[in-house]
Amino acid sequence: MELPNIINSWFAVRGWQVRAHQLAMLDAAARGRHALLTAPTGAGKTLAGFLPTLADLAAAPHEGLHTLYISPLKALAVDVQRNLITPIAEMGLDIRVETRTGDTPAARKARQKEVPPHILLTTPESLANLLSNPEAAAMMAGVKRVIIDEVHAFGTTKRGDQLMLCLARLQRLAPSLQRVGLSATIADPESWAGWLAPDADSTQVEIVVAQGGADPAIDILVIDDRIPWGGHNGRWAARAVMRRIESARLAIVFVNTRAVAELVFRDLWAENDQSLPIGIHHGSLAPEARRKVEAAMAAGKLRAIVATASLDLGLDWGDVDLVIQMGAPKGASRLLQRTGRANHRMDEASRCLIVPGNRFEYLEALAARDAVQAGELDPDGFRPGALDVLAQHVVGCAAAGPFFPDELYDEVKSAAPYAGVTRESFDAVLGYAATGGYALKAYERYQRLVAMPDGRLRLRSAALARQWRMNSGTIVEAVAMNVVFGSGKSNRHGRKLGQVEEYFAGQLRVGDSFMFAGQTLEVTGFEGADIHVRMGRGSPKVPVYAGGRMPMTTRLAARVRGLMNDRARWLGMPDDVREWLAIQDRVSRLPGSDDVLVETFQRDDRWYMVVYGFAGHPAHQTLGMLVTQRMERAGLKPLGFVASDYAMACWSLDPVDDPQPLFDPTVLEDELAQWLAASPFLRRAFREVAIIGGLIERVQPGVHKSGKAMSVSSDLIYDVLRRHEPDHLLLTAAWTDARGKLTDIARLAALLEQAHGNLSHVRAAHVTPLAVPSLLTIGRERVGDSADSALLLEAEALIAEAMRVD
Amino acid sequence: MSVSFSFAGEALQPLPCGALWWPGESTLFVADLHFEKASHFAAKGWLLPPHATAETLTNLIGAVETTGAQRLVCLGDSFHDEAGPDRLSDETRRALMTMTRSLDWWWITGNHDEDAAAVLGGRVMVEGRIGPLVLRHEADPADPTPELSGHFHPKLVIRHRGRHIARRCFAHGPTKLILPAYGAFTGGLDIADPALQAALAGPATALVVEGDRLLRFPVG
Repeated sequence: MELPNIINSWFAVRGWQVRAHQLAMLDAAARGRHALLTAPTGAGKTLAGFLPTLADLAAAPHEGLHTLYISPLKALAVDVQRNLITPIAEMGLDIRVETRTGDTPAARKARQKEVPPHILLTTPESLANLLSNPEAAAMMAGVKRVIIDEVHAFGTTKRGDQLMLCLARLQRLAPSLQRVGLSATIADPESWAGWLAPDADSTQVEIVVAQGGADPAIDILVIDDRIPWGGHNGRWAARAVMRRIESARLAIVFVNTRAVAELVFRDLWAENDQSLPIGIHHGSLAPEARRKVEAAMAAGKLRAIVATASLDLGLDWGDVDLVIQMGAPKGASRLLQRTGRANHRMDEASRCLIVPGNRFEYLEALAARDAVQAGELDPDGFRPGALDVLAQHVVGCAAAGPFFPDELYDEVKSAAPYAGVTRESFDAVLGYAATGGYALKAYERYQRLVAMPDGRLRLRSAALARQWRMNSGTIVEAVAMNVVFGSGKSNRHGRKLGQVEEYFAGQLRVGDSFMFAGQTLEVTGFEGADIHVRMGRGSPKVPVYAGGRMPMTTRLAARVRGLMNDRARWLGMPDDVREWLAIQDRVSRLPGSDDVLVETFQRDDRWYMVVYGFAGHPAHQTLGMLVTQRMERAGLKPLGFVASDYAMACWSLDPVDDPQPLFDPTVLEDELAQWLAASPFLRRAFREVAIIGGLIERVQPGVHKSGKAMSVSSDLIYDVLRRHEPDHLLLTAAWTDARGKLTDIARLAALLEQAHGNLSHVRAAHVTPLAVPSLLTIGRERVGDSADSALLLEAEALIAEAMRVD
Repeated sequence: MSVSFSFAGEALQPLPCGALWWPGESTLFVADLHFEKASHFAAKGWLLPPHATAETLTNLIGAVETTGAQRLVCLGDSFHDEAGPDRLSDETRRALMTMTRSLDWWWITGNHDEDAAAVLGGRVMVEGRIGPLVLRHEADPADPTPELSGHFHPKLVIRHRGRHIARRCFAHGPTKLILPAYGAFTGGLDIADPALQAALAGPATALVVEGDRLLRFPVG
């Protein structure tokens, strides 16, 4: 494709060359092909995605919407200004660009439907909402291209399912639509091309791989040859980390959870002798607070920013010259992407410093560095699309207008995640969307989808369409309360700092202080959904947030095992770690490359069993539950267990003489089902699918607290459904979710398989070196998962004892 | 059968299902049945499982059969809304009417349902009295007479060993006993909530039935 002069000269004036991958994207567009571009950060990825659009619009005027751009982030402003709006202005092109997200005022949204811009920048949620309007068909009919940025952030999530369903719809409204995916470096572009393509047909997608980029320079922080025994946030190294920040221009300090972000920020601040400007950025901070930090960062006013995955994506700012990863990176792809945040010039190496929390994490950091250097990234686990998301989509389609079920079925199947959905499942989803899908035909008169004489289904009322738009989306957050600064009953206009989960808020009383947004805040009062705060002091509580910890990937785990067994590599390790491994080898043995090492030993009055599964925290957690259940039945009197990414440790009053039967794969049959059904995992999963599937309303912040909850709690519904409709669609969907990310049954199954064929049991004389990190977490982590009623009895006994006055 | 405790000189037994049994008067008390809550939501487009009314009723029949109660007092909000009785399935309507005929059945009116349940038989009243106890839907902090009521859906929330445990409970104040909600789809309000504390008019204890034991948790 010839670039119009206006664009050519824009490059020329700047002394730039159009890059090879940018030309390849232009070429693919000219041949009417879908395209997937993978490129390291700094490669001009966003511009590469937009160039064909700019060329098209420069060559010939276009009426209406030309290109949709979909990003996982609501905050598009900074990035898009740099990569799109500025170039358009400099080229003097007459192209209108607008954004549409949940934050866009209703008046502007309405105007966008009347007079659409040429380029609309949006999110999957806002796109789904737009498509649920009856006007969508006319608005989308002329769309030429859809650009999906950061596809790697979508692929294996429910947001990805929703997005692909929307793309299937778009493709029907605009059959010649070109799909364009932009991605960071990924392990398997071919399978991503299949995900992006209509009908999962990867041959329709041109894969463009941007070459080059200097190899990243990854260091692991070791001080005086010491690595701590326990901990996993690298907080021990705050002083050294601060010194590195001082010698860098701008550093991003990545942590793995929001709570750790608060702790690390505090640690760094205590070591910040020069009072350098440091910021904090995580998903629970108010959007305005995040925008402010981002703007300060872009303006060069910060020297460091402590951040979670909320900063993982999309910020292509050139000034960052150092990335620090606190704690183990958990995956090679993740490490590479985070490292890429530093230095956006392709020809210079990005610098990253990993701060391991303990000795296992040292090995993991080393393994991740090896993997990045070898170019071995983690493959993505694609899975079939979720049925709760499909149920939401079906009602959204009905909101746009009546549909024929046969046609919608074909359309849905053209979305890759749903390519395998059977007609039976689809009809079950339709039935659920219409009447709730109950065996009892109680809701004929309330059905949401009504059959028309010609066989089409329509939505019962316009009110249901409005309700759908209020509740759609696939992100379900924990119920939260607002943290509001500088206000009180007297002053209603405080500044919203962000949110804490209701569960944590429930433990706060007036006068308590907690860490938030890098500060110590004192609670001055509660009002509806708001917690009023002022500056506080003393020893603050740390907010707890559900979830958020990612398990170490399978490939990385294999590399960690490899390092343990490769003595040549020990030479390069700190003395601490080398000695740790050597003594382990003497008093017990080292885990092999494909076995399951089980150690048993006695300490004080207890018997310990430590299982080195390297299967990740969720799988070990599930293993701990199932194994202690079996021990209970065998009369071994188990007392509790702890799980990490590397091992599961449990303790009991009687010893495990023969571990083999505890790991029998049959445990995955009835015992797993029974445990999971009663576990909080399934309840949590059910709440999510009930909200996404449109069974219950999203709870607004603070509603529970006021005691005026208008919705029915998902727990109560779950209990009733389990008793009366055990095969209900949403229970099935909840099971699928719970077996996936929450309990990681696939990895547990692999671990049990391994234990079945290759379990080595060592009866150690005393606690072993590898067991220490696990044993150190006992008492700090929540122990086991004892039944609520046992805990209730215990709590009452404790209180009775404490309150006894005789 | 669970342990009884003394209230206003009378021996009362909280049952695991959330009902209160008074053997001396052969009377069973339940609060906040919220029948037809699910269909109320269904009319608005939230298609909750339609089994809650039948399940609540089944539990209630079970409690009557176990105790052999002669009299049953519903302490208000028996229906989720005034139109609730119209939405009963034929089967549950028949079962309910059989019960109101065979027992001395009292409907105390609530803030959700007023006197809607009158069409199903039984006696309807704003307040009732048995022996030393006054019976009403919502506790009256100004009335020192020993009182049984509902309305607040009290639950106990405790945090122990990192776990968050919530259970329906009986809220026991110096002269007041507030029953937990009986309905299958009724949520709860933390007994430590100021609204409940004000209603209890004095130091309170949460009573929780766990198996065959009655657990007591002082509040505050």
